[in-house]
Parts: sequence; C-alpha cells; structure tokens
Amino acid sequence: MNPLDRFKSVWNDPNDYARKRKQQTGRKILGYFCSYAPEELIHAAGLWPFRLLGTKGEIRMADTHLQSYCCSLVRGGLEAALNGSLDFLDGAVFPHTCDSIQRLSDIWRLNAGFAHHFDAVLPVRLDTPSARQYMIDVLNEFRQELADAFGTEISDDAVWQAIGDYNRIREKLSTLYELRSRAPGLFDPSTVHRIMTAAMVMERREFSEQITAFLEGVEPDAAGRSDTGRKRVVLSGGICTHPDIYELLARAGADVVWDDLCTGARYFEGRIAEDGTDPLAALADRYMERTVCPAKHQDITVRGRALVDMVRHQQAGGVIFLLLKFCDPHAFDYPYLKKFLDEAGIPSLLLEIEEQPPPEGQLMTRFETFVDMLA
Amino acid sequence: MAENEKKHDPEKEKRKIQAVSRMKEIMTDYYIEAKGAREKGRKVAWITSGGPVEPLIAMDVIPVYPENHGAMIGASKMGAQLCEQAEEMGYSRDLCSYARADIGDAVAKTGPIGGLPEPDMLVCCNNICGTVLKWYETAARFFNVPLFILDTPFIHREFTDSARKYVLAQIYEYISFLETHCGRKMDYERMEEVGRLSVEATQLWQSVLDTCAHKPAPMTAFDAFFHLALIVTLRGTQVTVDYYRQLLDELNDRIDRGIAMVPNEKYRLLWDNLPVWYRTRWLSDKFAGHDAALVADTYTSAWSGMLPEMNGQSFLEAMSETYTKVYINISIDRMFDIVAGMIQKYDVDGMVMHSNRSCKPYSLGQYDLRQMIMDRLGVPTLIIEADMVDERNFSESQIDTRIDAFMETLKS
Ligand code: SF4
Ligand code: SF4
Repeated sequence: MNPLDRFKSVWNDPNDYARKRKQQTGRKILGYFCSYAPEELIHAAGLWPFRLLGTKGEIRMADTHLQSYCCSLVRGGLEAALNGSLDFLDGAVFPHTCDSIQRLSDIWRLNAGFAHHFDAVLPVRLDTPSARQYMIDVLNEFRQELADAFGTEISDDAVWQAIGDYNRIREKLSTLYELRSRAPGLFDPSTVHRIMTAAMVMERREFSEQITAFLEGVEPDAAGRSDTGRKRVVLSGGICTHPDIYELLARAGADVVWDDLCTGARYFEGRIAEDGTDPLAALADRYMERTVCPAKHQDITVRGRALVDMVRHQQAGGVIFLLLKFCDPHAFDYPYLKKFLDEAGIPSLLLEIEEQPPPEGQLMTRFETFVDMLA
Repeated sequence: MAENEKKHDPEKEKRKIQAVSRMKEIMTDYYIEAKGAREKGRKVAWITSGGPVEPLIAMDVIPVYPENHGAMIGASKMGAQLCEQAEEMGYSRDLCSYARADIGDAVAKTGPIGGLPEPDMLVCCNNICGTVLKWYETAARFFNVPLFILDTPFIHREFTDSARKYVLAQIYEYISFLETHCGRKMDYERMEEVGRLSVEATQLWQSVLDTCAHKPAPMTAFDAFFHLALIVTLRGTQVTVDYYRQLLDELNDRIDRGIAMVPNEKYRLLWDNLPVWYRTRWLSDKFAGHDAALVADTYTSAWSGMLPEMNGQSFLEAMSETYTKVYINISIDRMFDIVAGMIQKYDVDGMVMHSNRSCKPYSLGQYDLRQMIMDRLGVPTLIIEADMVDERNFSESQIDTRIDAFMETLKS
C-alpha cells in the first residue's frame, strides 16, 4: 500500500487499524482527547498515544451519563468507550481541558472499565513562572504514574529520544502544510486532513516512516496542478472530523491553506528545544510558548492577533470558524476573534457543527455566498 | 431574589423570617457604596463567587460579583432579554446564562440596577468552572482593566503537593497584583483579622444551614438561596458576622417555638445545583403543596464547605487548600461522599437535581451521581431540566408533571 492509501485507510477506520497493528507490534495504547496530552511521555514509555475523536455512529449509551447539552466530542468519545469500539485501549489520559472533559474524565474512570486511567491536571494559565513550575511538576508526576502503571522506567534519555522523534514528526507535518499552502493543487482537498488524523492515531514509528515516504514522493508542481485558481481560506476552531467540508469548499471555489484547529496546526506548532538539561522543562516550554487553545490562558488578545497574522501570512482571503455546538471555550472567543478579523477587513463565516455538519445543499449555498465575497 | 411579598395571612406572617429586611438593607447599602466608589476614590474589583475575597477586603477594595448580579437579573425575570442582547453580540445561546446576562447588561445597562459598577480590576478564580476564565477575559478586553487569574487545579483524586505549592504561590502573586493596582502595601495583620472574620462568618453560615436538620425545618433551601448573598459577597466583614448571628438566633427561636417553614412538613428533600432564580417562588409553593420541604442543598452549602482547616497555618496558607477543594472543583465520587453526608445529616427522603444547561461543571456528571445515590443509598431522585437565569429554557407544564409524579412515588 502506498503511503497515501495507508493514511486513507487509517482515516477510514482508525479503530480497526489500531486493533490490527497492536496485534502485530504488541504495543500498548493510551487514548487522549486534547493537544495538551503529553504524548512524548507516552511514547517514551513505549506506549502508543491514540487520539480520540468522538464517534461516527449514533450516540445512545452515552445518553445515560451525559446531558444533551454537551459537545459531540465528549458524548461521542464516551459512546465509543462504552460500546466497545475502543476495546484495544489500555487506558486513557485526560489533561485538564474544559469543564466537559473534566467531568468526562470522572465518568470515564467510573464506567469505561479500561485498565488504566490518568489525569494530568495541567495549569490553565500559561503565563507565569509558577504555572511553568507546576506544569513541570505535573509532567513529572505523570511520568512516574505511567512508569508505575506499566512497570517500566522512563529515563531522561528516553524522554529526549521521544522529543527528537516528535520534533521530526512535527517538522514533517509542518512541511506538509507549507507545501499545501504554496501549491494547494498538489493534493486532493481533504488529503492533508486525512494525513493529520493518521498522524494522531497511527503508531508513531510507522507514521514517521510513511510520512517521510509520502513527502519524498511529492513532486512539487508536477503538472502545474498547483494553481487551482481558487481562493484561499483559513479554518479556525476546535476539531474537524469532516473531510467533506474541504471537498465542498473546493467545489464552492476555495482552498483551505492553513488552520488553527486542535487537530490541525496546533498539533505540530512549536518545536521542543533539544539542548536543555531537563527534558520535562523542555516539554513544558513548548506548551507555555505555543499559541494557546481557548481553554488555556496566556494573554487576552493573543489568539486574535495570531489569527489575523495567520491570514495575512498565508495571503488568505477569509476565515471559516468551525465550532462544535456546546463547546464553551471556543464559543466565548468567537465574538472577539470575529471583531479582530472585521477590524482587519477580513471576512469570516461561522459554521456550527452539532453531531454532523449542516446538510450538503445548505452548506454549499453558504460556502458559495461566502467565497463570492472573498478577495 | 426577594421572596416575601405582603399578604395578610397571619399564618404566613408568622412564618416570615424577620432578618430578611436587615439583609435587604445591607445589600442595598453595599450596592450604593459600590456604585459610588469612583467618587470616593475607592477601587472596585469584580470577583468570581468562589474567589478569595478576603485580600480585597483587607485592601479596602470593594468586591463586586457578576454572578450575584446574574442571580438578581434572573430573579427580576430579565434573564432572557439580557441574554438575547449578548446573543446579538455573537455569544452563543449555549453559554452560561450568568455570563450572557452580565455581558448583555454591561452594554445595555437595562438590568435591575442599571449595570454593575465598572471594575478597576478583575479577579477570577477558576475553582468553579472554566466559564469564568473566558467570561473574565471578555470583561478584561471590554473594560480594558487588569485581570488576575487564580488557577486552582481540579481535584480528580487528591490535592497534590505540587498543586498546593502552585496555589500558594499564586496567592502571593494575587497580593502583589493588588498592591500594584492599589498603590499600597498589604497590611498582613489586617489580612489575618479579615481571615478570622471570614472563618467566623463561614461557621455561622454552616450553623444557619444546620438548623434545617431539625424537624420540622425552620427554613428551606429557598430561604438559604436568599440569605446566601452575604456569605458570597462580604465574608470577612463584621457586618456579615453580625447578620448571620442575628439570623441564627431567629432560626433557633423558631425551632423553640415550633415554627416550620412548610406548615405540614412530611417530606424532606435535598436540592442539587443552582436555583432556578426566576421560579423560586413557584417551585417553593409547588413543593410546599406536597408537604415537602427542601431542607438542604449542595449549592449554598458550598460556601460553608469553604471552612479552612487551619492546623496552625496562617489564613493565607490555609486558603490555598480551602479554595481549591470547593464542591464543584472535585470529582463525582468525592461529590458523592459530600452528598451522602448531607442525606444523612438532614435525614432526607428524596433528592431533586436541577440539570442546569448553563452550568456544565455542576450538571455533567449528575446522571452518575444520581445512580450512585439511588444504588448505594436507596434515595429516590428527580431530575428537572432547566436553566438558572434564562427562562426560555423552562417548561412549566413538564416540570409540574414531573414533580407531581415524583411526589406520588415518595408518598406511596
Ligand atoms: S474544548 Fe470544546 S470541543 Fe473540546 S471537549 Fe471541551 S467543549 Fe468539547
Ligand atoms: S453557573 Fe456554572 S458555568 Fe456559570 S459561572 Fe457559575 S459555575 Fe461557572
């Protein structure tokens, strides 16, 4: 299977991939929901971090534990845990994110029945030395708990090794984004999205090999396909699990050239310094410096400034906000982000996603109207 | 919040709590003082309901509580209208209605007191939710004033040493923040004195709530919702201590004289989550109509749960643990232990849970909590779906039927 087909098949059924690959490699798997999960430590423990993205199916069993006014990521994640589709997991780790994930952790621990459960209650503010110190402490505690739970040791060397592995992976992903931005026509509209999903769920060694092979196989602008003649937009929001959005948007006349999604650029943003003395401090510093997710606090306008900069730097014409219904942190930031864009003369469109995006016809009309407005 | 309208029914008159008028006086004075702070050269800080107010009092800063304001908006039935204002500004209808109503009123100034006094600084403690973090960031941008965040790590299992160190470090950062923005130094002796008053008021508040362990209960949770305002806003002041002493005396006197809040109290219930502010009267009558008294609730007791274990520490040191361990900053299993203790202490027959669309940290997990209460303690539990301030999310007929059905099962 060529790398792209491999990514696509993983995207198509990550659980099936995980089950089979686990059998082949014997590696234990730890699930996680958020880009603040310290994957490097999981990787250093010889485990494989697996990003949980909700469920594609209907939500039934989770209804006895969660009210309807809870986001589909949390509800879908619990559904998958309860209905057995995550039977390959050895456990999960919950870094502190939002109020909903906070409660999901309890409900999960009390009901899902996996062998292991971790809470890494990271600081919410990421702008002071005491928060940095606390973050390092929590990372240390998590490292210890992991080691105890799986009967291994996680040496500093192992963590440095993992940091190196992750830096390489993040560099590759960032190259992929750069390529798409320079020449959107190089890939099908949803290719990068599928690769990102694969990056977060695949056994990382395999992913690393496959992405390297994939990038080597890209012939920059082979048939002049790079210029699609379409307009350029940026996506902003939490998670996106709907590749159709990229396809529809292309049909409506725009390419996604960059994003500020938890399952997108936020995942690979920021390198970890490899020349320090304390690997956990190095991990903490990436989190402290990376542009925050809205559930964390850095400074009150940082996300607005970063978004405007991103649009300018990417020479994009507008922004599409992709927000999950009932997601408080993102919904609170939306009015101010929009204001920043308005003031910079950048048009934007808000798309709220319940469990599914709006019906295709409706979406197409909204996209077309929006794309028409873009420079 | 006001519960008592004049009606000339001698039976009802007898049951009215006299301290109510004193409370109204104190709250009125307090809002007048806060509104006039500017002219007097005093600073105003907005602070979250679970935030450490004591350092503000010690620094002579007037604390103002947007959540209390939210409750007032709800009780005045202005919630939907002000929430819509915020929705027009782009805030989703699914966000906390305290935040929406308050953001709406900051712009419209059409609420019950014509807008809160504007802040000179903001103090946000996230021990109650992540919503307040986002809400205060919004306020900081809107008013362009400094924001201090006290980050109290959620307790899934235990309060760790690293969390203790982190919170304590922030308490001192908080004090430097105040010193910077008030232009003077903290008087640590005064601080300890305010701390002592705060502990005393909190103890008194606990004693007030405890009077409901008596059968019949001299007041109900609906009264507690009203009398709560002071322990939230002005703990750490002498006024508050005096007030709760007065209230406690009155309640003890009622017990002596056999005055019950619900005339024929037969069923004793425990309330969970925030009040439905625009319907407290209706709900109170509804339950009383079934001879049921809400004798305790997890919401107002959250403030008495803030009693620090001093263990020879200074108030500031004790504070870091106290403020981190508040009721909704702990896991469901820890919440269960507290609820189980209350069920026993107040000898309740059933529990009513308000599944509050606005408050995710309080409401998500209720289904599991309910199951634990039913399985382990055999206490029947009713869930009603509503919202504390946004009356568009209240379906009277549905809730009416559910309460009737629940009471029937309790009676049978
Ligand atoms: S941050 Fe938003 S999308 Fe993510 S789990 Fe929380 S509510 Fe859901
Ligand atoms: S009601 Fe809940 S979500 Fe709203 S401010 Fe209070 S604790 Fe936070």
